[in-house]
Amino acid sequence: MSLDYLWTGFAVALQWHNLLFGLFGCFLGTVVGALPAIGPINGIALLLPLLYTLGVPPESTMIVLAGIYYGAEYGGRISSILLNVPGDAGAVMTALDGYPMAREGRAAEALALSGIASFIGGLVSVVALTFFGPLFGQLAVGFGPAEYFVLMVFAFATLTSMVGDQPIKTLIAATLGLVLATVGLDPTSGAYRFTFGEPELHDGIEFIILVIGLFSVSEVLMLLERQYAGRLTLLSVGRGLPSLATVRSCIGAMLRGAGIGFVIGVLPGTGASVASAVSYTTEKRISDRNGTFGKGDPRGLAAPEAANNAAAGGAFVPMLTLGVPGSGTTAVMLGALLLYNIQPGPQLFSERPEIAGGLIASMYIGNLLLLILNLPLVQLFVRMILLPNWILLPGVLALAFLAVYSAYASTLSIVITLSIGVFGYVLRKLGFDLAPLILGFVLGKVAETNLRNALAISGGELGIFFSSPIAIVLWLLAAVVVVLPLVLRRRGVLS
Amino acid sequence: MRRLLTAVAVALFAASAQAAPDKLECLAPAKPGGGFDLTCQLLRLSLQNAKLVPQPVAVTYMEGGVGAVAYNHVIGSRPADPGLVVAASSGSALLLAQKKFGVHDENAVRWLAALGADFGVLAVSGDSPFKSLKELGAAFKENPAAFPIGGGGAVGSQDWMKAAIFAKSLGVDPKTLRYAALEGGGAVLTALQGGHIKIGSGDAAEMGALHKAGKIRVLAVMSEQRLPGDLAEVPTAREQGLDLVWTIWRGFYMGPKVSEADYQWWVELLTKLVATPEFEAERKARGLFPYTKIGAEFDRQVKADVARFRELAKEAGLL
Repeated sequence: MSLDYLWTGFAVALQWHNLLFGLFGCFLGTVVGALPAIGPINGIALLLPLLYTLGVPPESTMIVLAGIYYGAEYGGRISSILLNVPGDAGAVMTALDGYPMAREGRAAEALALSGIASFIGGLVSVVALTFFGPLFGQLAVGFGPAEYFVLMVFAFATLTSMVGDQPIKTLIAATLGLVLATVGLDPTSGAYRFTFGEPELHDGIEFIILVIGLFSVSEVLMLLERQYAGRLTLLSVGRGLPSLATVRSCIGAMLRGAGIGFVIGVLPGTGASVASAVSYTTEKRISDRNGTFGKGDPRGLAAPEAANNAAAGGAFVPMLTLGVPGSGTTAVMLGALLLYNIQPGPQLFSERPEIAGGLIASMYIGNLLLLILNLPLVQLFVRMILLPNWILLPGVLALAFLAVYSAYASTLSIVITLSIGVFGYVLRKLGFDLAPLILGFVLGKVAETNLRNALAISGGELGIFFSSPIAIVLWLLAAVVVVLPLVLRRRGVLS
Repeated sequence: MRRLLTAVAVALFAASAQAAPDKLECLAPAKPGGGFDLTCQLLRLSLQNAKLVPQPVAVTYMEGGVGAVAYNHVIGSRPADPGLVVAASSGSALLLAQKKFGVHDENAVRWLAALGADFGVLAVSGDSPFKSLKELGAAFKENPAAFPIGGGGAVGSQDWMKAAIFAKSLGVDPKTLRYAALEGGGAVLTALQGGHIKIGSGDAAEMGALHKAGKIRVLAVMSEQRLPGDLAEVPTAREQGLDLVWTIWRGFYMGPKVSEADYQWWVELLTKLVATPEFEAERKARGLFPYTKIGAEFDRQVKADVARFRELAKEAGLL
């Protein structure tokens, strides 16, 4: 494959005004990513009409929008780590080990490490996008409803790694997630389920509301309780940078996360949240020998953070090569291309190299800019966690409500957030892990829709799930993930 | 200076007919980027370029229930707002027909205007052996189970309805359709290319570009006349002996308590707008075909649509 388009692209992306556009996009992206509930899609929707009306050329517009998109994947980790409030959907898993690290006084280290993980994830996916873009576009075509469903089976199989010492509680939590995912419009029959005649529930429980309720509201309640019982210790910040040994120990996790993230990002319909979930459970499966995951293991931070950034890059593959968006945000960017009368597709690389190449080249530059932006600025963010609790707790709660209300403009959504928060608090007091619940919720929707679509296509024949090589490979992988650890444990390899 | 004078003149002129609302707002009842957003942007940009009113149109978003949340919000909280129009489409009428907007029916708002339309299409993948709707129809009738159909919406959505009227016209019961509810037109394309579905149900604007690129083959457009642009060569379903028409209009409604004078102000404004070249350009840029119905004519059209859809839904066993 000729890389001429890339050189054209670098010539475009290195023009000083495009460098400035890129920097602006990256900075804005980090900000919208760090703010809970405001994601890249809001930033892009805000800027696109402005850029278009101001007559900014399409390649510069795409550079800004792409900067916002992957900048947000960097920014999302900040509030995940410092406040246990995921800044955007892809950063949910980052909180699982990132927040415990911050509580141990390793906030600065966690931020720097996840910044590096984001960079690795971003870089791997851009390189993969450059060389294998069109190739991966073809892979996505092979995924029909049946293959997606088997992919979800595989994802659920990796969940067995989270079972821990309380398998029943993990199962219950995952089932609760599945149940919550059924609220709203039945994706295939169009019927409304559990909406109680309330139009605001027609779309189901919004992911952001669930996450904010489960993590931030319940966390505030937990902190309040500890404060009241006089058991709250102030966090110390610790060293500013992770040791070289820590970074080295995470390289494997980062590369695996980046690989998983990129492939999942390429598949339409699954985005950064599924990517980080699968990479976290896979990494836990591979690396968690001593049960340190979920308690502040740097590898549990690095893997999902690399994955969500790689997924953002992967989502560009089907958008640029097939004209099929891989995520909500790339859907808006596709709209942006069409607004400029540019038809995406394999021909985009040869016919409009300044667009495809400029965009990809700007992603190399943007990731470098973001690394620079995100390493020195870490100190600035660390200050936030030094706020006393009487400011921090009401602040987190206000931020959570503000975020929910600004996104959905309804009081019912606030009530739901609060109820979920109390529910999450009860679950945590009962010793439940919340991660399987989130996974059940995220994967459940995709699994259900594709299961039913596949059965609708086959007329109820189950054979459709075993009819393609992709599906069979995924079944085998799922079986390996479930069975292998059992075998290894019996042989005493794994404790 | 001339621009200022024009603005003043326009303002004076507008004031002489009926006081213009202070603020103009177009509410898109969805996330940014979809069809409702497109409808609002068409209004905002064409009004801005044609300079018919001095004030800009603010586009706001309220997602939920494919428009149900906004519908209830406007009726409940902003029923008399003279400056507020809400984007709607024939899909809204279809949901109203199936009573999916809650307690309110199609008579609960004031239907203002449709400014453009898209049309349904039926397509097969680019390498399919079928070259015409006639051939496809004959094979489909023979063995419907061999032709899974995919569309970008659930059972009861517009894409499903297009498939259902196709089946019905061939004497096949829509209830027996093998229909996959995919996530939007892009997913329909990949599913067709991957051979996961055999027939795709979609909209002319989106599928036209893919047809031109050779990725899919549109076999029929579901309009009364052939469409201009990428699909100019594709015959209508009627030309091929099947009476299938599916119009996806895009327009607006207003709150139920908006005064007649304010409603008329909008009717006059939009009537002037659609005659301008600036509007023509913006409509084309958004892939919409000419289709204008304003005021009372549109109101009648919506109510007729809802009644017809209700009938269709009943026949298909959805109600």
